[in-house]
This record gives sequence, C-alpha cells and structure tokens, in this order.
Amino acid sequence: MQSDDVIWSVINSQFCSYKVKTVTQNFCRNEYNVTGFCNRQSCPLANSRYATVREHEGVLYLYVKTIERAHTPAHMWEKIKLSNNYNKALEQIDKELIHWPNFSIHKCKQRVTKITQYLMEMRKARLRQDPKLIGVKKKLERREAVRERKALSAAKLERSIQAELLERLKSKAYGDAPLNVNEDVWQAVLDMEKGKGKEKADGLTMEDDETEEEDEDELEEEMEDEEGWGDREFVSDISGDEDGLSDLEDAASIGEDDSEEDDSDEDSEEEQPKKKASLGKRKAPAKPPRKKPEKKAKRGGSGARVEVEYEHEMETAPLTKAMVRDW
Amino acid sequence: MPTARFEPSTIKNKIKREEVSRKQKKAKGQTKLQKRLAQAKDEADDPALKKKRQVQNVPRTLDNTREFDPSILTADPSSSTQPAASSSQPTASTSVPDVPQDESAADISSDPFSSYFTTENDPMLPQKVLVTTSKKATRVTYEFCEEVVSIFPGAELIRRKKGKGYEMGRIAGWAADRQYTHLMVVNEDMKKPNAITIVYLPNGPTAYFKLTSIELSKRISQTPHNPELVLNGFVTRLGHTVGRLFQTLFPPMPEFQGRQVVTLHNQRDFLFFRRHRYAFRSTEKVALQEIGPRFTLKLRSLRKGLPAVKNLAERPQDLEFDTFEETPDKVGQDGEHAEDGEEEEQPQKPKKTLPPKEDQYDWQWKPELETTRRTFFL
Repeated sequence: MQSDDVIWSVINSQFCSYKVKTVTQNFCRNEYNVTGFCNRQSCPLANSRYATVREHEGVLYLYVKTIERAHTPAHMWEKIKLSNNYNKALEQIDKELIHWPNFSIHKCKQRVTKITQYLMEMRKARLRQDPKLIGVKKKLERREAVRERKALSAAKLERSIQAELLERLKSKAYGDAPLNVNEDVWQAVLDMEKGKGKEKADGLTMEDDETEEEDEDELEEEMEDEEGWGDREFVSDISGDEDGLSDLEDAASIGEDDSEEDDSDEDSEEEQPKKKASLGKRKAPAKPPRKKPEKKAKRGGSGARVEVEYEHEMETAPLTKAMVRDW
Repeated sequence: MPTARFEPSTIKNKIKREEVSRKQKKAKGQTKLQKRLAQAKDEADDPALKKKRQVQNVPRTLDNTREFDPSILTADPSSSTQPAASSSQPTASTSVPDVPQDESAADISSDPFSSYFTTENDPMLPQKVLVTTSKKATRVTYEFCEEVVSIFPGAELIRRKKGKGYEMGRIAGWAADRQYTHLMVVNEDMKKPNAITIVYLPNGPTAYFKLTSIELSKRISQTPHNPELVLNGFVTRLGHTVGRLFQTLFPPMPEFQGRQVVTLHNQRDFLFFRRHRYAFRSTEKVALQEIGPRFTLKLRSLRKGLPAVKNLAERPQDLEFDTFEETPDKVGQDGEHAEDGEEEEQPQKPKKTLPPKEDQYDWQWKPELETTRRTFFL
C-alpha cells in the first residue's frame, strides 16, 4: 500500500540512503529525481505521480511512474522515447503529461533542455583534438623516483664527466694548441705523450715481426677484412688513447696483444680527415659484460686500467676533422 | 645436545647473555679488522695483488647484469676483436659480428639526423630551436623554459598561443617552414613542468620525455660560448637515436675557450642532464663547477614524423559525378598541355610542412615492457 506522506515523513525526518546532507541544503542521489534536490515535490519515492527525463546512449526517454505497479519495481516506470528534435520532444512531453501538475511538466522540459545541451557539447568535444588526460599512477611514480635516485648514485656523474674530459685532453681532441687548457698542464700532457711515443715505437718494432709471421700463417683476406672493420672503429679517439695508456703503464705486457690494434690505428689516422662518419666519432659503446665475459679478463690482463668500469661513452661529433682544419 | 658452536642465546640469565653476546660480537669485529689490515699490508707491498682482487671482485650491479638486447650496437673494438683469438685462430669468429656492425653503421648514417652530420654549413652556426610550453603555462614553466633557452645557443622562447588550431603538429609545421631545426615543448601539469617533447624538423622524429627533478641554475654567470657535449651510456639503436637527437641540438663545433660542458648521461634509461664549467688542474685532475640547470629525462615514446593533428571536424570530400563525355575530349585535345600545367603549378605553391593525420610510433614505453629491473632500452 503506497502512502506518500508516510514515506516522506520517514525520508525527511529519519533516513534515506539517497539523501546527501550539506550545510545549506539537502540533495538527492536517486537517478529518477528530476531536480536533484531532496524535497517533498521532487522526491521520486514519496510521490505516486512522478515523471522524469533520462538519457541513455544519446537518446532521451521520458519516464512516467505508474503507481499501480509499485509491487513490481522493475515494471514501475514506463519509458517513452522522445524525439531527436528538441521542439518535438517538448510537444511530446506536453502530450504525455497532460493534466499533470505544472511542476512536473516544467521540470521535465528543463531537464530535456539541459540534456540536449550537454549532448551537443559532448559531440563537439569529440571532434576537437583536446589533450588526452591520463591518470596519475602514484605507485609507478614512486617506483620510478626510487629507481632514478639509485641510478643517479650509480652514475657517479662528476667522475664520469671528469674521466671523459681527461680522455679528450689526452687524445688531443682539443687540437694541438688548446684554448681551454693551462699551459703547464698542456706541457705535462705533451711530455707524457713523448714518453709514450718512445715506448710505442719500441713496441711496434717488436710487434711487426710477429705480425708478419702471423700473416704467413693465416689467410690474408681475412686479415684485410678485419683491418677494414677496425678502421671504422678507430676513428673514435678513445681506442688510440687506450692503447697509449696501456703502453705507458706496462710496456712489458705489450706483445702480440696490441699489434693488430696499433696497425689498424695507424691506418685509421690516415683516413680520419676523409671520414665524416657520425657514428665513428662518438665513442664506441661497450657491450654488456654478460654477453662478453672475455672482455673483463682481457682488460684486467693487459693492465690497461686498474678500474674495471663498464662505461658506455660517446662523444661530440665533429671534433677531429674540424680540429685538424682549424688548428 | 650441545651444538658445535656456542650460542649465547642458550644462556638463561639476561645480563650474562647480553654480556657474552657483546663480547662475541666485538671479537668477531676485531678478527675482521685484523684480516683487513693484513690484506691492506700485503697489497701495499705487492700492488699486483690488489689489482687481482679488484678484477676478481666485481660487484654485480643492475648495469653489468643487464638483460641482453639484440639492438645493442657492439661497436667497442677492444671487446670484439680479441687479440689472442685473432692471432691464433682463423678470424671466422670475429667476422661474424662484423656484418651487423656494418649494417647498423649504415643504418645510423642514413637516419633522419644524417643531414646534420653531412652538411657543409659553418660548424659554429647554432641550430634554430623553438622553445614553447603547453597551453596555459604558469610562471614556473616559463622560468624553466628560460633556462632551457640559455642552454641551447640558438634557442628562442615563444609563448604558446591559446585557442583552437594551435596544435603541436601545426606549430611544428610552421616552425619547419621558418627554418627552425627543432621544436621543444615543455608540458606542464599541476603547475610544474613534467614532460618535454622534442621534435626534429622538418620530418621528425618526435621524442617525448618525462621530466623530473628539475633544479634551476644558481645565478652563476654563463658565457655564450657553444658548449662541449658529453653523451654517456647510449648503447642500443634506440639509445643512439636519442643521443643523436640531442647532438643535433647543439652546433657541431664547440668553442673550447668557454670551457663549458653539457652532459647527458644515460644510466638505466634515466638521462641526467648537467652543465659544468671545467678547468684542467693537472693531467689527472679536472675541476668542475656546475652551472645548471639540472634535470632528468626518461624516454616515453618516439614517433616517426611530426606530432599528428587529427582533423576530425574536417568535412569528407564531396562526391563528384564522373562526367564521361568531357574527359576523353580533354585528354585527346590538350592532354600534354594539362600535364605541363600541373608540373608548373607545383613549384609555384609555397612549400608547406603538414603534420600527419595519424601517429606512427617507433617505440613507446609501457609498464609491461619492463619485465625485470635489468631491462633497459637506451
């Protein structure tokens, strides 16, 4: 038995799960509510005669309550499709809600207007290319922040930059009369270079013999291939420098190891001015050691460097050629 | 049953237990210290020992246990040419990696940036970089943009226009027509710059980076010299692309008298940007002074061309009725003339760079790509 006053007295004075209380006024969350306010007139539960307008997938429907079917809530609302045409839809409401209270008719029409407007706006927004909004993923951000912090500490930025700059200085990437180096320091570098050069020359004479023997043993074509490959690689200035370092540090260990590298190094120096290869100029990046465990052993064995670092480095491109020309 | 080792936890009395435990701990520390001191003494006598230990005792890090990626370019000659192997064995083993090496080199030399490396322009000439923001940027973003402009010698900050029709792709097209070489868009979210898009003009690619941990420079005077560039740790093909993109932002020829160095260091896919002034103190020592700003980038996506402009509101082309009567006559009478006319018209039109309609992603970051913490892409 439907009794509007009883229902409303309960909703108003006791409890309604759709009611949202605010300081100034109460709202209703029931989706059949025609205004959204919580009051006697627009309560969809406490009115046996009630009508509203709802939109489903871009189509407007007029919902009319038939209180005789209150015992089956699934069938309580009668759904009438409204026309796409705004004026026709208003006329339809007038026709369907004839002899209804003015409040219902008026609010339904207002709702039709509002829904039509927001549908139009939605369609327009679809055509515009607005920036896409993406949710903030807090967990992901936190994780990345932690990883960034760890990567930063693993990078040892200052040290790697310093090493890189020194390497450029020693490999004469700054030219023969660099503007960015103190005279004393540059003199020291040149002195080092001299000492290195002597040792290198000694090493080369020794190595030449060996390489000749090897050539006899091996296929010459393959050697050529390899040298051709080496050429490309040694355009970058690191390789020559590394050889030099190793020579300096222990001349004894220079044996067959460096012979081929030195050879190809000389070849590449001749070719350097011609080449403009962009890849070659940057430092050749190293591979991950998991794939090449031999690299570790080799480096340690030759004693080229005390520190075993797997730094992958590159350089600014056009140092060598332009340098040769300008200085 | 008594255990082999005496455990202080078996003692019932608390005071006694603690005392014994403390003593045991101290003794343990002492033995360890003694061992270390002895080792240090040995190594001081014989440096080879220390070297050996350091070679053997390499800590496992994420960097040196990185998952193998087939796109890593093995261009390190010292690692791939093994002197011992090449002298004793036939070079078949070393010649195998040669082929992809050549291929990748050719691939890299023919990428979109190759024109930068091959042109015969003045190498001191700065690149024209257009820096702008996202719509409705705030003061923080503009301050950051000014810093960015101070980094790149040929950069220029232009405020983003509001309203429709100023999509990034369109701006990129206009900039390309005005001979800009790069477009840089700083995106802002929650009143903080959070992303950078770098477009290489006129034909792309477009790289989108996440931007974090920004610190602006501390009012240290900077000279307008072209800085040097240090690009560290770019290994894979994708990494090389990113590295070359940053290389093209600077003039090919640095001015060394400025003693400025700009670093982009890649560590575990985070690109750390730093700018320093340096001074060589000795042959083994460099003094660095940070000029700033510093920030961190992380690649999110790499697109082929310019950013797409989806013109959804555009009207579809009107249907045209085929008039069968006229066309054969035209072709018969002045077919050649018509063709000539078309050829003449084409150069007359001002060349316009138009953004594509659809985005073509070369690479895009997704959370599921990171299967392990050891997977890195750059």
